[in-house]
Amino acid sequence: MSRRRLLLGGAAALGGIAAAPLAPPAAAAGVPASADSGTVGTARESCWGSTQAGVATPVQSFAAFVGMNLRGGMHRTDLVRLMKLLTDDIERLTQGEPALADGVPELAGVPARLTVTVGVGPGFVAAPGLGGTSIPHWLRPMPAFTVDDLQPQWSGGDLLLQICADDPVTVSHAQQVLVGDADEFARIAWIQQGFHRAVGTTAGGTAGRNLMGYIDGTVNPATGSADFDEVVWIGDGPAWLRGGTGMVLRRIRMDLDTWASVDRASKEQIMGRRLADGAPLTGDRESDTPDLDATDQSGLPTIPDFAHVRLAHARHRAERILRRPYNYQDGTADGRAEAGLLFAAYAADLDRQFLPIQRRLQDGDLLNVWTTPVGSAVFAILPGFESGGWLGEALLT
Amino acid sequence: MNTSMKHNHGDSRSRALALAAVGLVAMGGLSACSDSSTTTAADNSSQACPISVADGWVKAADKGMTAAFGTVVNTSADDVIITAAATPAATTMELHEVVQDNGETVMQPVADGFPVPADGELALEPGGYHLMLMDITEPIQPGDDVTFTLNCSDGATAQFTAQAKAYEGAEEQYEEGGMDTMGDKQDVAEMTPDPEMS
Repeated sequence: MSRRRLLLGGAAALGGIAAAPLAPPAAAAGVPASADSGTVGTARESCWGSTQAGVATPVQSFAAFVGMNLRGGMHRTDLVRLMKLLTDDIERLTQGEPALADGVPELAGVPARLTVTVGVGPGFVAAPGLGGTSIPHWLRPMPAFTVDDLQPQWSGGDLLLQICADDPVTVSHAQQVLVGDADEFARIAWIQQGFHRAVGTTAGGTAGRNLMGYIDGTVNPATGSADFDEVVWIGDGPAWLRGGTGMVLRRIRMDLDTWASVDRASKEQIMGRRLADGAPLTGDRESDTPDLDATDQSGLPTIPDFAHVRLAHARHRAERILRRPYNYQDGTADGRAEAGLLFAAYAADLDRQFLPIQRRLQDGDLLNVWTTPVGSAVFAILPGFESGGWLGEALLT
Repeated sequence: MNTSMKHNHGDSRSRALALAAVGLVAMGGLSACSDSSTTTAADNSSQACPISVADGWVKAADKGMTAAFGTVVNTSADDVIITAAATPAATTMELHEVVQDNGETVMQPVADGFPVPADGELALEPGGYHLMLMDITEPIQPGDDVTFTLNCSDGATAQFTAQAKAYEGAEEQYEEGGMDTMGDKQDVAEMTPDPEMS
């Protein structure tokens, strides 16, 4: 706690510029009539391909991450049945059709860009009958970080269902169907629900600001680029992973109550980016590369040594990841509303690409004063499947 | 091996809802099922029946009876009658319907097969027409693929594959019918007590 006080004091000393008074609200304009056109609900994402949907897919507004642990005695042959059930559900639900034996088929008609992304944890690939499976070194719990306060109820898991859509009822229904079918084989370990601004509320997409006000995901590789493929998709190694990726899901609690009292200038120093547009303190646009060597008139780094962007910045080409986080606000922690970030990141090799970044953040990121990782889980996202195939076929046959 | 069907939320409310749902109607009259018109599909014809089955599924079961459902699609310009069904998963199959008999909902074999109208569909669903597996040869587990052969009135056959699903709506009726399909729930390797387990 002494470190926290110290850093809080340091952060306060950074201030000096009071937050600008709130601007008067813009004059109320007419509400656009497009809100109920149904186009958001009928939009569909393909679930087929060499890679699973839900990673390169433009981020949807709502998500549920469901971690499950295998029930006792699950053999490879049982997991085949599990994956065939999930595959069939995914093929139907993402296309706006009810699942087989769907208990509430009335809810299936609004796909809203639903994607379901399935990953397996260390316990899954250790199931009986899977002996001899080549397991990547990064498919294990993250090493402990000094900033962690990990809680079992948000950590680990043998099976991941990542359910994303632009409508929360669609996410709910898909979760109900998928977990219902998986229930024979696995029990829920945790469910973490995330959100962005609703689709249609901001021009140019639904991603954007996290609950601390920062614009998130700026430095992601461009979807569809060779760069993206290199960062995210596994292109060699065991067949069961080719077309897959590594995923780390970190539940990062934010202390929004104390954050609210941090002044704007300090917030920008802490991040190394401007709040208004996400541009680095050394640049003009969000897309500008931060100049980590720049100094101000007094000779101090323009982007401070403790700035998040400096520490998260890739030192090597290998140190890059795809960030696809969601905000969360649910439940309580210590009697206060709990909120934060479901930091979902994807990389072909988590050890090589993600760990160095996380280690730097652990050691120097001033954001650690207001953020605490309380959950952590690592999964191998399975390769995609084509029509007629099924998830995990190369792993389980 | 855990082959049981689990209640996702094994409370009385979901059970009541399940009872209220179509499963009750579909399976409520199991004891009323007649053995008088058992049919066996013939597969001595290579001629294809102009029907297909979409969205086929079969209710997972450990033993005894269960049922298969789906949508039969007739792509021809003629009406088709399905006269029999068969599957390697059961020794015998029947074509069933659900009717009201003196105020009681009962399930019984159809008298004249399943009619599939020209360029039309016939729904096989809980509470309506369905394919009855009278005595399954081994447990049908969720996720299993089960193949079926349908016989058309002209002697031709059509095949389809159905995925087995854990379907909770019918459990109670199996128990009421005195057939124990749920009594062998085992999950001995569980590390923690499961309040759902009986």
